[in-house]
Amino acid sequence: MIDISAPPQPETAAVTPRRRRGLDRRHIPVLATLGLLAFMYGLGVANYDNFSDAQVFLNIFVDNAFLLVVAAGMTFVILTGGIDLSVGAVVALTTVLAATLLDAGWPAAVVLPLVLLMGTSMGLGMGAVIHYFKVEPFIATLAGMFLARGLALLINRNSIPITDPFWTAMAQERIRFAPGIFISTSVVIALVVVLIGAYVLAYTRFGRTVYAIGGNADSALLMGLPVGRTRIAVYTVSGFCSSLGGVLLSFYMLSGYSLHAQGMELDAIAAVVIGGTILTGGSGYLLGTVLGVMVLGMIQTIIAFQGDLSSWWTKIVIGVLLFAFIVLQRLVTRRTS
Amino acid sequence: MSNLTRHRLFWPAAVLVLLLASNVFFAPRFFTITLQDGHLYGSLIDILRSATPLALVALGMTMVIATGGIDLSLGSIMAISGALACLIIGDLPNQNSVGGVLIAVGVALVLSALLGVWNGVLVSVIGIQPIIATLILMVAGRGIAQLITDGQIINVTSAPYRVIGAGYLLGIPVSVIIVAVVVAAAMLLVRRSALGVLIESVGASPTASRLAGIRARGLTITVYVFAAFCAGIAGLIFSSNVASADSNAAGNLIELDAILAVVIGGTALTGGRFSIAGSVLGAVLISALDITTYTIGVPAETTLLFKAVVVVVLCLSQSAAFRAAVFRRRAAVPATPAAEVSA
Repeated sequence: MIDISAPPQPETAAVTPRRRRGLDRRHIPVLATLGLLAFMYGLGVANYDNFSDAQVFLNIFVDNAFLLVVAAGMTFVILTGGIDLSVGAVVALTTVLAATLLDAGWPAAVVLPLVLLMGTSMGLGMGAVIHYFKVEPFIATLAGMFLARGLALLINRNSIPITDPFWTAMAQERIRFAPGIFISTSVVIALVVVLIGAYVLAYTRFGRTVYAIGGNADSALLMGLPVGRTRIAVYTVSGFCSSLGGVLLSFYMLSGYSLHAQGMELDAIAAVVIGGTILTGGSGYLLGTVLGVMVLGMIQTIIAFQGDLSSWWTKIVIGVLLFAFIVLQRLVTRRTS
Repeated sequence: MSNLTRHRLFWPAAVLVLLLASNVFFAPRFFTITLQDGHLYGSLIDILRSATPLALVALGMTMVIATGGIDLSLGSIMAISGALACLIIGDLPNQNSVGGVLIAVGVALVLSALLGVWNGVLVSVIGIQPIIATLILMVAGRGIAQLITDGQIINVTSAPYRVIGAGYLLGIPVSVIIVAVVVAAAMLLVRRSALGVLIESVGASPTASRLAGIRARGLTITVYVFAAFCAGIAGLIFSSNVASADSNAAGNLIELDAILAVVIGGTALTGGRFSIAGSVLGAVLISALDITTYTIGVPAETTLLFKAVVVVVLCLSQSAAFRAAVFRRRAAVPATPAAEVSA
């Protein structure tokens, strides 16, 4: 937007490129999240017995592995300046589809790739509609949300238990570091996804195009970057991450249910925002999203330890944090631009 | 221009008529409206009654979208409004006192309007993207509603409060009358004064409007307050109809249905042009869809699939790129090159 009231500021322009583009400013939101996380952890350790147990910390990952994967996909979409409202519904559809097929006797080796393919192709479809027909991401993924949730309900409206040996093995398998200190296989999968995602964003051409589109899609196009292909790809990535998140959730719950993951799109968006990714796109880190998910998990942990706090405080605290971080981003971006 | 508007509403109206007509095959008495104890009864009345909260939310959403914004928090505001009204009425020594109910309604609506101020300030003063600014209240709002009701469902037995959602006046449901009054007032206000044009101008280009001397900031806040106020009334109608405040169910995802209604009504999501009649028609269409699936005996869940199809078809029909593609194939005319190069 053109701000005619503000005169050009030669002082800031004169700062050396390294300082200007510097690490500091872009890292402020992530560092703020890290600080917040440390503060919350300190608060927990100071107030509650046993809060400092390593397992309490690891449980944040165990309980939120699926959200971590979904939020990682959402980060790609938001970095391009888009949004994906369908993730929660795709997660639910994945759990229902997997549970139904397993219940019908299909082997896990077939079901697993099939549900992942389903989520990926849904993402691909939404990305194609957004790119080729210039439908707004909000509306296209809203349609995807209705579609996925509707399909899940149509397949089965009841909760379906999963008894498949592979699924139960994945659910019960623990990677132990010491007696009583463990993580689940889902955590490993989630961390691998995050590492791959972070590598792709930081070191590949695709990743840089994602940032470029979020910075300014028109400029990216004029630069000759494959804007269309990349835009479709981020929704495909998000679709894949949603279905993988759905698989992890079905490991966690050992059931498929069309009402699973209600409102997860909001949790994922909140995690991305709290993690410091700017919602207009172009700036942010996947590491921030990991911290964002940890903040959400930490809120739940503290509320669980407090005991007399009710779960709706989670929503209120997340809202307050969202507000704080959005205003922080606003201040940071206003100063740089 | 008016021809175009009529054309815009033609398809939604045609779909609505088709939908209603299809009911006759499954329920022969579908179009029968009977008068019992001075009240009108019938499926058509049911459709109108069940459309009232959505029509109100869609009305507010239309104004917000006209300014180029979007309000995701309207469902949460509905929940808060209903929760607060039921809390106050529940604490009354005599739940049937009209004065007490009026105070409860007033307090709930004032709080709703204040929440609208909050949204409007975030959007226009602090300059946060509307979708994100209202996301804050969408997430936190339901928590606040649960805080008000202490996580319980508050049941009320107040007869005067029941009137809002379930009462009849001159044989017509009170909720329908309330919506008709609000819609008529809004239409008069925006179409008989310059307000509508100003709103469209802000939606088309906030910067240009500001340079042209329009107080875009105040206008934007007003629009969010109006939307929140409408959502507040919708919350009262909903909770009055079920005689309880359910923080989880009230207005759950209604903002998405409202956006759908607005899109069906032909309002572009990019802002700058709006149609109130279209949005109300869209709300009635969605309500008719719900009732029709019920009459036909299809599982209620499939309405979601129908909605998905409707969204896709509508968006594609509104998408210039899609029309260009179809047009090109039909007429074999070299259309304008696509804006983006697909690599």
